[in-house]
Amino acid sequence: MAILFALLVAFTSRWTVFEAESLVDNTNNRRPLLEEQRVPRGKIFANDGRTVLATNRGRGQGDDRTFTRVYPPGGLFSHAVGYSFLLNGRVALERSMNDDLTGEENEFASILSGIEDRTREGFDVVTNLDPEGQQAAVAGLGGRKGAVVAIEPQTGKVRAMVSIPEYDANRIPDDFEALNRDPNKPTLNRTTQEAYPPGSTFKVVTATAALDTGKVTPESIIDGSSPRTVSGVPLANSGGTDFGPITLTTALTNSVNTVFAQIGEDVGRDTLVEYMDRFGFNEDPKLDYPESQMIASGIRDASGGLVGGDGGFDVGRVAIGQGGAEGEIRATPLQMAQVAGTIANDGRLMKPRLTDKVLRKDGRVKERAEPDLQAQVMKESTAKALTEMMGRVVDEGTGTAAALSGIRVAGKSGTAEVGANREFTQPWFIAFAPIDAPRIAVAVTLERTTGQGGTVAAPIARQVMEALL
Amino acid sequence: MSTRARELFGLLPVSMLVAAGFASVLATRTEDVSEATLTYGAVFLGLCVMAHLFIRARLPYADPYMFPLVALLAAVGLVVIYRIDPELAREQAQWFVVGLLLFCGTILALGDHHVLERYRYTIAVAGIALLAMPRLPGIGEQVNGAFLAIKLGPIQFQPAEFAKLAIIVFLASYLRETGDILVRPRLRPLPFQTQLLMFGVPALLTVLAVLVLDLGAAGSVLLAVFVASLVAVIRERPSLKHFGPLLLIWGLAMLMLIFIRDLGSSLMFFGGFLALLYVATGRLSLIGVGSTMFLGGATFFAGNVSHVSDRIDTWLDTFSERRLVCPGTGEVTEFVNCQGYQIAQSLFAQADGGLFGTGLGRALLESSTGQTLIPAPHTDLIYAVITNEIGLFGAAGILGAYLLLTHRGFKTAMLANDGFSKLLAVGLTSVMALQVFVIVGGVTRVIPLTGVTLPFVSYGGSSIVANMVLLALLLIVSDHARSDRLRRGGLV
Repeated sequence: MAILFALLVAFTSRWTVFEAESLVDNTNNRRPLLEEQRVPRGKIFANDGRTVLATNRGRGQGDDRTFTRVYPPGGLFSHAVGYSFLLNGRVALERSMNDDLTGEENEFASILSGIEDRTREGFDVVTNLDPEGQQAAVAGLGGRKGAVVAIEPQTGKVRAMVSIPEYDANRIPDDFEALNRDPNKPTLNRTTQEAYPPGSTFKVVTATAALDTGKVTPESIIDGSSPRTVSGVPLANSGGTDFGPITLTTALTNSVNTVFAQIGEDVGRDTLVEYMDRFGFNEDPKLDYPESQMIASGIRDASGGLVGGDGGFDVGRVAIGQGGAEGEIRATPLQMAQVAGTIANDGRLMKPRLTDKVLRKDGRVKERAEPDLQAQVMKESTAKALTEMMGRVVDEGTGTAAALSGIRVAGKSGTAEVGANREFTQPWFIAFAPIDAPRIAVAVTLERTTGQGGTVAAPIARQVMEALL
Repeated sequence: MSTRARELFGLLPVSMLVAAGFASVLATRTEDVSEATLTYGAVFLGLCVMAHLFIRARLPYADPYMFPLVALLAAVGLVVIYRIDPELAREQAQWFVVGLLLFCGTILALGDHHVLERYRYTIAVAGIALLAMPRLPGIGEQVNGAFLAIKLGPIQFQPAEFAKLAIIVFLASYLRETGDILVRPRLRPLPFQTQLLMFGVPALLTVLAVLVLDLGAAGSVLLAVFVASLVAVIRERPSLKHFGPLLLIWGLAMLMLIFIRDLGSSLMFFGGFLALLYVATGRLSLIGVGSTMFLGGATFFAGNVSHVSDRIDTWLDTFSERRLVCPGTGEVTEFVNCQGYQIAQSLFAQADGGLFGTGLGRALLESSTGQTLIPAPHTDLIYAVITNEIGLFGAAGILGAYLLLTHRGFKTAMLANDGFSKLLAVGLTSVMALQVFVIVGGVTRVIPLTGVTLPFVSYGGSSIVANMVLLALLLIVSDHARSDRLRRGGLV
């Protein structure tokens, strides 16, 4: 009899302790979801601590009171903030910050809070997102498919994250299926989930590798004639212009393909990949964002796999932001904003951060995200040299459309040709300002359109920087 | 401390538990605080003290721990039922009063339990009739496929709860008489060749059967144990007629499976019988034969009686996600959300409880849309609610109380000095303990879930009344045993 009772205790222990976790995670167990519905999630705020990006609507009384999410700004912050609904799950910050938003505490703290106050409440989250920056980016893109990311170089704070088309998070429960089927992919966050050919903006990475390893200086004279044979295939400059022997600074100002292809070949695959790694390519960004909603930038082969230094890719064409059959360079807008931010921050790459702090209901700070160094990508002197070179791009080169009145801007344009017959372009612009004490770095790109980075993307970068300075 | 003082003292923790329990439930539902709820606790305790005074007067030597243990279990039951539905708790409290009245009535009417021996055949017939009643047209009711209840006007009634008492009384008296001739004294060792033949041939046959019939591992073990036990029994050369009761009761248990379609109560009765058989004969081999026959029979019927086989499917395959038309609602859904729903939700509720539980009154019984999360929380699944709210420790405490009660029952049997008393105490205790095993085992997925009540705790008039009578019988046996011992100057 005692054995039978021991068996009962053993099985009760099995369900309550040993297998409790798998039972709680069982998809047919709706208890955790129902439980969560009863907890008011924390609010999400913009960087001013006042603009509410996400809040709750309560329904019912007493024990039956449940809450659903409401997003006052509609679509403006949807890609950064995401959504959280009982039947649709959760994405973006609503997902990566879920533990804080649902008020999850460690065992000890939860016992204490159980004594103080019985009802569980989520913690509020204050983001780094700037409403004016977001609005400027949306206005700049003007409905065209594309993405804008703005980062504070010294801290890694993400001040703007915009992906067009956007979606209204409030409509998720009703339109979930339709939004996911939409061929324009409104639920795709183009800043982290899509990698595009970066075009000439990638020359900044190539230049970093060449300058930092001492292969060249900004004054080095390199042959800019066009066309030149690269990897056995002729390569031409934009518009076929033959520049002749020019300095590296002039080459960047005018985005001379043949010069950077030579530099790329000179630097070599291994060194270029080494510098890409330092910039954060070839791995998921270190953003406080769900891993499943980020992809790594890097050189990808035809099947989409990442190619390393021994991949035999066409280093000359990768160096100018293109590629060949063995691999093409692809970068997310977030990654290119980080490239600009690294140069602005004396070569130090900071981990990007969407959230600033987590607040308790009484306003005390539970957790604050401190600036966190991800990598020292290059020597400070290299960064200074590149800053000056990129300043010239905006002063007198391909990026003059990004110039701000009274504030000197550093930048680099890019225009990748896309489409089966190269009939479309992917215009880019990366920039930071003010040039001697940068406070903001941006990356702007438009998807499958026409026009040059310097004419299409640069004005948007200017508008966003203007709003954020 | 005197025996009765110990009993009164034992009610002290019960009173604290009742107070704490009701207070805790009240604290979580601030909206309907009423003083009436606290009177529940006070009235309950008053009743217990009165019952104690009654025992003091009529059964001064009875075991002092059994009644407080039962009061404790009933208190837990009352608190949990109150937490589920205050209206049900009121009804349960009424039934508890009826139970106490019958408890006193039994003690008054039955000064000496040996009287029962005289009416054993009447009692046996009554027991079988009670068991068969739910199959009678007009008053019988099929609940979840099993025939366990009858309905007389507004009163629903589970005759099996009383039948178990009748059958145990009958078996105890029958086995007291036949137990000693059921097996003969052990014989001198047989010559070596005969021994070899007796063990070798069946062993060989068993191996052959396993190979030819292609039995699984469980089947093979079952057959091996059966053959070995049978050989051991036959070695003692009992006459065939002494196998009678074993076969009879086995047949009865199998009939129960077919007619009542309930594996749980069938297991309960047969298990109680085997315990009695063991005490009466002291032969483990008989238990071997009996239990293998039961398991074999149950396995056979499991494949053939659809209700029983459904229960076993549900038990083994609880979380299956294959889709089918759910017989209850007619909707196409996953197995786990139809047949498996009850056990799956039971386990989810227990997982939610963890080590310490969510606290009384804080378990989710239904979703915000009113969908049941714990089906039958006040009867079959009350153990799941208990585990959810007071956790593994609380549930283990409840099981501990049952184990102590069982221990006191067996202790009573050991102190008793006549065969009938011993057998009666063992039988009543075993059947109560087995009932706990059947329902808690079902809820925790040790065995297939069947609808019997958790004695003294579950909501249900028949259950609480029948179990109070069971307690009365145990206390009467105990009073006799202990007063005899004291008279002869022994220690109790």
